[in-house]
Amino acid sequence: MAGRPWRQAVWREPLVYEIGDPGYTGFITPYSEDDALLEAELGSPEKALGELARGEAPPLPGLAENQAVRHYTRLTQMSYGVDTGPVPLGSCTMKYNPRIGEELVSAMSVHLLHPYQDEDTVQGLMRALWLLERWLAELTGMDRCSLQPPAGAAGELAGALMIRKYHVDRGEASRDEMLVPDSAHGTNPASAAMAGFRVVKLPTGPEGTVDMDALEEALGERTAGIMLTNPNTLGLFEDRIVEIAEKVHNAGGLLYYDGANLNGIMGLIRPGDMGFDVVHLNIHKTFAAPHGGGGPGAGVVCAKGSLVDYLPRPLIERRGDKYYWSYDCDKCIGRVRAFYGNIVPLLKGFFYIAALGGEGLRESAIQSVVNTNYFIRLVRGAKGLEIPYSPERPRKHEVVVSVKPLQRETGVSAADVAKALLDRGLHAPTIYFPLIVEEALMVEFTESEPASVIENYAAALREILEEAYHNPAALKDAPRNTAVRRVDDVYANHPKTVTPSYRVYRLRQAGLLR
Amino acid sequence: MDKPVHWVPGIRDRVRQLEAIGVSSVYELYSDVPRELLLDRAPSVGFGRMLSEEELRRLSREISSSNTVFTGPPPFTGGGWCPHWVPSIVDYIVSRGEFLTAYTPYQPEINQGLLQALFEYQSLIADLTELEIVNASLYDGSTAAAEAALMALRVTRRKKIVLSSTLHPEYIDVIKTWLYGKGVEIRFIPRREDTYQVDTESLDEHIDSNTAAVIVASPNFYGAFERDIGFLADQVHHHGGLLVQVFEPLSLGIVKPPGRLGVDIAVAEGQPLGLGMNYGGPGLGIMAVRWDRKLLRQVPGRIIGLTRDAEGERAFTMILQAREQHIRREKATSNITTNESLMAIRAAIYLTLLGGEGLRRLARSIWLRSHYLAKRLREVGVEAPVYSSEFFKEFLARFQKPYAPIHRELLRRGILGGLDVSRYGAGSGREAIFCATEVHSKKDIDTLINTLVEIMG
Repeated sequence: MAGRPWRQAVWREPLVYEIGDPGYTGFITPYSEDDALLEAELGSPEKALGELARGEAPPLPGLAENQAVRHYTRLTQMSYGVDTGPVPLGSCTMKYNPRIGEELVSAMSVHLLHPYQDEDTVQGLMRALWLLERWLAELTGMDRCSLQPPAGAAGELAGALMIRKYHVDRGEASRDEMLVPDSAHGTNPASAAMAGFRVVKLPTGPEGTVDMDALEEALGERTAGIMLTNPNTLGLFEDRIVEIAEKVHNAGGLLYYDGANLNGIMGLIRPGDMGFDVVHLNIHKTFAAPHGGGGPGAGVVCAKGSLVDYLPRPLIERRGDKYYWSYDCDKCIGRVRAFYGNIVPLLKGFFYIAALGGEGLRESAIQSVVNTNYFIRLVRGAKGLEIPYSPERPRKHEVVVSVKPLQRETGVSAADVAKALLDRGLHAPTIYFPLIVEEALMVEFTESEPASVIENYAAALREILEEAYHNPAALKDAPRNTAVRRVDDVYANHPKTVTPSYRVYRLRQAGLLR
Repeated sequence: MDKPVHWVPGIRDRVRQLEAIGVSSVYELYSDVPRELLLDRAPSVGFGRMLSEEELRRLSREISSSNTVFTGPPPFTGGGWCPHWVPSIVDYIVSRGEFLTAYTPYQPEINQGLLQALFEYQSLIADLTELEIVNASLYDGSTAAAEAALMALRVTRRKKIVLSSTLHPEYIDVIKTWLYGKGVEIRFIPRREDTYQVDTESLDEHIDSNTAAVIVASPNFYGAFERDIGFLADQVHHHGGLLVQVFEPLSLGIVKPPGRLGVDIAVAEGQPLGLGMNYGGPGLGIMAVRWDRKLLRQVPGRIIGLTRDAEGERAFTMILQAREQHIRREKATSNITTNESLMAIRAAIYLTLLGGEGLRRLARSIWLRSHYLAKRLREVGVEAPVYSSEFFKEFLARFQKPYAPIHRELLRRGILGGLDVSRYGAGSGREAIFCATEVHSKKDIDTLINTLVEIMG
């Protein structure tokens, strides 16, 4: 389509420090007319606090309400979410976040519920959470779930700790090795290391799945378990999963399932049936709670068999019609956070599953897989692009393509392609991941995008690849149409210029930074 | 499928898509999955069918009808989580789709607004605490404390963490869980019975050359401020360890910030900063760290930094990513990825609406209301607080009779009372933590007291 190119808002919005006034407050304390009375009766806080008193107001800029609304509205106009356009970040499952979920959680006044309210006064909420746990256990083929972990990585940490404690309790503390494929999410090795494991990296075989010989070789008396995503980060289903599970179990190890990638199989295939013992799920990915620019999420952890005893506590139990939190913790790993979990995203997940039912979830999974393979069909054969690992095999929720030929032939990299996509008003895919694919673009449309959006996206990508062969310099210069041009990462990270707060900036300007 | 499915617009494209892909059925796309693993029917979740929006609304109302929202007077329940006023525009701004439905800003050029808001959050917390390095949020106060412990272990390469026994019991549990695999010794400093502050005379028994950090809360679980954080800091530093303070963000409107007291890492629950109560989650894990290059490299989580773009214009981006899991994998400073960004933005909006002066006024109000509540409780024969220390919004009260029956009677009259600490094996069954904040009017407090008089006779 001809015409002017897409253009993001460029507000050059000042920092709050540059528009606010530390002495200004438009804020009226509730019932502040009481305070003079109380102060007359009790004396001044500053006097009572004595040495503890701060002495002056903190140096925070104050904005009038309309100024604040304007400031943040402008900032939102220089931001991009699923509500703006497609965000096909692979492994991030950026599906549409139904507004009805926002409405319902808000209508429930969850923001007014205190975590220490007596259980009798939150029976409705507890029933919803109890049902959610049952549904998630059913979808994963597990026995029980703890809703406590606040995000996927916390669920992973919980799962890794459960595996650690399980072995320790059996007198096998020497099982201190966690196997992690080289295609795994970075959180897997990081979580395993936090739980005290030595991470053993498993190479990916030529087919793009776990190398069975390497697995065989890695297994032994020190094996605590294996952390797998299936379908893996290449979007390929580990077709020998049953055999893998058997081998790991025979060696005395356990299987951990990274549920970040459940979207292509939910309602169709269950981790429990594949042989996994512990699973975590991302409610903010698969179950449509919004990502919020990086959180809050919810990272439910589920287990089966004897691993249930190790789940973080409390768990919800039911006696007759009454729901209650059970703190029984004979073997459990304890708590992974205070209170019960990130209730707001959990409830959005609850309403999402309630809305769709098993059939709807299944159809969503199928459509996400159809969308992935449709995209592959649209970009396959484009000059400069290749599909590494079993290019003919169907992918599931996501696909990883490589622009290594493009990079070799034109110097235009995956990062340049990503920036050129931004210039067209399209969010880029995940880039340079998984690490086993050079110049990787990892693409996941989810079921939320209709065919026309995928067609536009594929056309834009093809156009960029073509342009790279004619005018590579222009792509090196992208983006031009976003709120700022390409950011300077060297300046951002250099010891002399690194600035993690405005306070650092001011101190440096004044020559006061040590 | 010929009927529509919620939020799956491609259903109508599917036949055309499959044809283009070159398969005759969707199941060909699952042909590599062992047959025995494929469920032959949809799992039994939800209510056995799709629900319309109208049915979902009914479901939500039904769930709500067996929850009680305490608004007569708001809850007087303490325990590290209290009711606070949430400005209307906080909810409005964070419901805007560009923030709400964004991912972590991996592509900085198209997400400058989100990055700037998070940088402003970090900057506001830095000025509030007078500590220069702030990350873009952790999960909650408890996990921020656990991350601080892990950070101290890395920085000092030592193997012992010393906790104040007056930390929130759930924080202690969380720290123990997170350190489980690390083979670390955890010791506790006892509290003084008269002040509920750490017993500084026993410090020498607990802090030594193997101590990575001492973690102390001020105000602590029971509401008491430590008398002299600076002295604690000196003692810990003398042995080469780090001092971690768990603080309460609103209190910094009137009390000295951790950065002025020699604290190395300050962590807090950001729930009071415009988040609402959310039945305990999401919260906001605040972490602020003293300016030091060695510490900077060991901070967990995302950090947003100020930089410039190719034309020299001001820009923002995620910095020091080489600390993080997606690059450093098992050697990362933490596994955290998704954090509480939107909650951090809530806190930033909240703080800029108040400004420094507004925060000071708010903190004074909270101090006054909570001290009024304590005074009124004393007038009716309740020991409040049970210690001689200063407190801010929460305090431990001791009744003359067991608290549980009193709590039940309050509840029967529509009032949510204090947190019975016997739940954590503390006290004698007569103690509870109460809070009063800006949302409690003098009249609310008088109502509580009058009701207590009725109950206690």
